[in-house]
Amino acid sequence: MQENYDVAIVGAGPAGISAASLLAEKGVKTIVFERGEYPGAKNISGGVLYGHDLAAIIPDFAKRNCPVERNIIESRLWFLAKESGYSLSFRDRAFYEKQAFNAFTVGRAKFDRWFAEQAKVKGALVVCSTVVTDLLRDSNNRVIGVTTDRSEGDLKAKVVVLADGINSPLAAKTGFRPEPKPSHIALAVKEVIELPEEIINERFNTETGHGATIEIIGEITQGMDGIAGIYTNKNSLSVCIGANLSDFMESKVKPYEMLEEFKQHPMVAPLIKDGQAKEYMAHWIAEGGYDTMPQLCGDGYLIAGDSGMLFNALHREGSNMAMTSGRFAAETIAGALDKGDFSRKALAGYVSRLQNSYVIKDLKKYRRFNAFRLQHHELFTTLPKLGGFAAQKMLTVDGVTKKEKQKTIWKEVRKKISWASLIRLLWNGWRSVK
Amino acid sequence: MTVKVEDKLFLNRFRVDEKPHIRIIEGNICMEKCENQPCLYFCPANVYRLEKNRISVAYEGCLECGSCRIGCPNLNIEWHFPTGGYGISHKFG
Repeated sequence: MQENYDVAIVGAGPAGISAASLLAEKGVKTIVFERGEYPGAKNISGGVLYGHDLAAIIPDFAKRNCPVERNIIESRLWFLAKESGYSLSFRDRAFYEKQAFNAFTVGRAKFDRWFAEQAKVKGALVVCSTVVTDLLRDSNNRVIGVTTDRSEGDLKAKVVVLADGINSPLAAKTGFRPEPKPSHIALAVKEVIELPEEIINERFNTETGHGATIEIIGEITQGMDGIAGIYTNKNSLSVCIGANLSDFMESKVKPYEMLEEFKQHPMVAPLIKDGQAKEYMAHWIAEGGYDTMPQLCGDGYLIAGDSGMLFNALHREGSNMAMTSGRFAAETIAGALDKGDFSRKALAGYVSRLQNSYVIKDLKKYRRFNAFRLQHHELFTTLPKLGGFAAQKMLTVDGVTKKEKQKTIWKEVRKKISWASLIRLLWNGWRSVK
Repeated sequence: MTVKVEDKLFLNRFRVDEKPHIRIIEGNICMEKCENQPCLYFCPANVYRLEKNRISVAYEGCLECGSCRIGCPNLNIEWHFPTGGYGISHKFG
């Protein structure tokens, strides 16, 4: 490839395509490299995207055949013991009237391909089946392009955007983002289970086009710091479960066995009954948070999305941060192109844009959340067990007085968890999210 | 619970690269130095299997999460992306 480009982007996910779309719109000569056969071929998320951040890239996305699965009108939280569980849910008419597409589910193989098509229409070049294996640098160590696994695969560019996701051997190789520590990421597996649209409507109490999400913690991750999720698609359910990789390394739990046990939980099994598994995938989740963010720009390059560890684990927001960081990258690069300066200083506006937005402000707010969960495994062991025990006792009608039951419950609580550790849990928990 | 991971991998679309993208750097380390061999458990595709005197690598079913690269206690696994266009291709994602 002899041609020179203004901007080369690594990865055709939400971050890379957002940047490409806006740059191409401004007439900037932009090329995107994607290692999959098509954009989305390697990508997964639980499946929730956010209209607010997408609309800043494609304002009329809903009219452009955006492959929305279901508009989310209800969010549920479950706290599960082995054979039982609590459920809390919130539904609001606003989510299908005034604020439709606030959050919606997608299949990333379809969505990312559609999103890349929008960027192509605006003039960006998207090259698939191509791995970026290294970065080109000049004698001053400034990034001046990329090396790919194609023959004659070097390409020069004024700025390179690294938007290659959380699993990035390139980031590690170039030293721009050290490999994450196992405790900074979660390993999640996902199965897509097909069911007729009407059956999903009935089981989730929704109309066609409307959907629900369920976020779950408890004993289901077998003592590990982890989370599960069930998301409604048009005619399938995304069933996901994951845990911190450092916990996996200790526990000898096999992810696919954990997934199967989760599917048999009494609150999950009826939802997926008679469904047909269609696909099985695995991916990392960037859970390290604020303190694991790399330096997000340098001479000739920017890092966006998951690759920059931009992920809010508490609110399962990541695709929105990817899109917005891609947008900020495009705005910053457009300014740098005007001035002809691509130094770290000239690109630093990217970082201040992120700092002044919800992206880094939210990450900062929850910076202690990852450590909190790893220090309090009782969230995934003792607490759900006790919660299940207490509710079970209280709801059993067997002639025993309520006072007697209360005593039994307290005795069990005191046996399993000390006051001091309960107070520590509450205090640390509050501090990690306040 | 016994689950056959093959039944799950069978659902996926793979375009197998003839050139393996995963390699155990020093076979001896796995057998002599690595007590827990966590790769045998945490790999979501069961790529790593214990044979008589070595750990084999069934890279063909790799889901490309990257966990073995950083989760091997001895960092004894070399892991690259498969050649562009090869490996798993998600249908739904």
